[in-house]
Amino acid sequence: MSDLPLLEAAGLTVVLKVNGARRAVLRDVSLTLRPGEAVGLVGESGSGKSMTARAVGRLLPPGAEMRGSIRFGGTDVGGLAGHDLRRYRSQVAMIFQDPRAHVNPVRRIGDFLTEALRTNHAVPRTEARQRAVDMLAQVDIEDGTRRLQQYPHQVSGGMLQRIMIAAALLTGPRLLLADEPTTSLDVTTQAEIMAILDGLRRQSGLAMLFITHDLELAAAICDRTAVMYAGQIVEVRASSLLHSDPLHPYTAALAAARPDITRTTHRLRAIPGRPLSAFEAPAAECAFAPRCPHVAGVCRAAVPGLVELAGGVSRCARAHELRGRLEVRPDG
Amino acid sequence: MAEGSGAAVLEVSGLRKHFGSFAAVEDVSFGLPHGRSLAIVGESGAGKTTLARMIVGLERPTSGTIAACGHDRSRPPRSASDRRRRGREVQIVFQDPYTSLDPRQNAEAAIDEVLRLHHGWPAGRRRARITELTDLVGLDARQSRALPRALSGGQRQRVAIARALAAQPAVLILDESVAALDMSIQAQVLNLLADIRDETRISYILISHDLAVVRQLADETLVLHRGAVVERGPTARVLDQPEHPCTQRLRASVPRPGWKPRLG
Repeated sequence: MSDLPLLEAAGLTVVLKVNGARRAVLRDVSLTLRPGEAVGLVGESGSGKSMTARAVGRLLPPGAEMRGSIRFGGTDVGGLAGHDLRRYRSQVAMIFQDPRAHVNPVRRIGDFLTEALRTNHAVPRTEARQRAVDMLAQVDIEDGTRRLQQYPHQVSGGMLQRIMIAAALLTGPRLLLADEPTTSLDVTTQAEIMAILDGLRRQSGLAMLFITHDLELAAAICDRTAVMYAGQIVEVRASSLLHSDPLHPYTAALAAARPDITRTTHRLRAIPGRPLSAFEAPAAECAFAPRCPHVAGVCRAAVPGLVELAGGVSRCARAHELRGRLEVRPDG
Repeated sequence: MAEGSGAAVLEVSGLRKHFGSFAAVEDVSFGLPHGRSLAIVGESGAGKTTLARMIVGLERPTSGTIAACGHDRSRPPRSASDRRRRGREVQIVFQDPYTSLDPRQNAEAAIDEVLRLHHGWPAGRRRARITELTDLVGLDARQSRALPRALSGGQRQRVAIARALAAQPAVLILDESVAALDMSIQAQVLNLLADIRDETRISYILISHDLAVVRQLADETLVLHRGAVVERGPTARVLDQPEHPCTQRLRASVPRPGWKPRLG
């Protein structure tokens, strides 16, 4: 793993127009990925995790205003257009939660898989099809030649998601943006997809931004995990320390709210209230303050900045004070 | 609900559902006691939802019997009152809170309709019960009068639960009912379901592929594979010492610290 960052997003702030009103969806998001590194992006509905991936992939909806900078391999890509933007996008692939919503149901899988190679890279048909079959083998689909002839409705959801991964990787990207790619699949299929992504990443040095609502899944497969709340990153931490030494009360509260497969608790420690969307976040205080068990006066005084602490980053005004007191302990 | 605590509120015996030559559910039998919770787990296509649909009456069994509160419900109801009685025996909350509510009906109207239909109470009593139910599931006054499109997924799922509870069912089927909820909301809804069971002695059938949710809510667990029961037992035993390879595979697929996903 090289130490030179592949992706450096700094101070990303994104505003969308919704019914004529300007609504912030990201607030000052900064994120770094090194080549071959897997970073998890965890949050609830409206936290901005998908929008972060869209901003990085230069896939924001029309009319979106973006401030901040995105550098990829040392080059500023925030202002690219036309040919340069297409070239950037061929290095950054994206897969989504619902594969059926992102594939044309009346086109054969083979045409879908080879489209980018043939139109953007001028690869001849026979070679493109061979490369597609080879890539299908890498996502554990052995009878690739037969699959190329099939339509999306003829394969299962797990198989289709593997085909989407193959399609995303065919053009040899350096960064994969994976937006909840296993959320609509059952656990055994999820394990298969994760095994494939993990293997591909280790073989090819592909970096991955893995978006999920599942803190345990992110912690299990990513090197580092970033936790988002109300359009901001509130914590970045080595995944191995996320549960044992969280730096932000929201991370700790999320981990504690989750039922534990190894034991039954009398009551789950639910977080009161509901998650805030970025546009609902207060302008001059911590967005998590109304739900936080550790709230104090300082939390209401200003939006907390990011604090570097113990090898991680926390956006908590009391991060130093609370260090070591946030660990998720079973409560019998 | 006059039965003693030992009597089964729901009895399923030799249940089969075939679609042509495909066996979706194959010879499933179980009994569910009052106030207890049974989880049905298995991979996609194992037959979980088909089983639930037969129990609630949306699908007719190919063979076998289902009885709730001592009344057979394996055949279609013969009268409107028979149909209503079945509604008071078993209710279901589906996975997707976005498609299971009438988009033109607010929570109060949805609950009121169920109360009128099933209990025929006068307006004052219905009014009081609506307030009780919306309080129980944690909907405030504004949310109770809002149309589904103005509510979040978690709020809609609470409306669906309140509406199901309005019929005072002996059995509530939760078909992936908490799967689509945000993590912090999921914990609230799971605590709510546990409270309701403590207060009303309702029985749950929990259909879920989330084994941590199963551990939290279900006393017993039944594992389906290709329509047939391959393992059953107390939830703690099934999850801690799974015996059947299917159960072991499900258990091994759950992400945890140090987890290395493997191809199945």
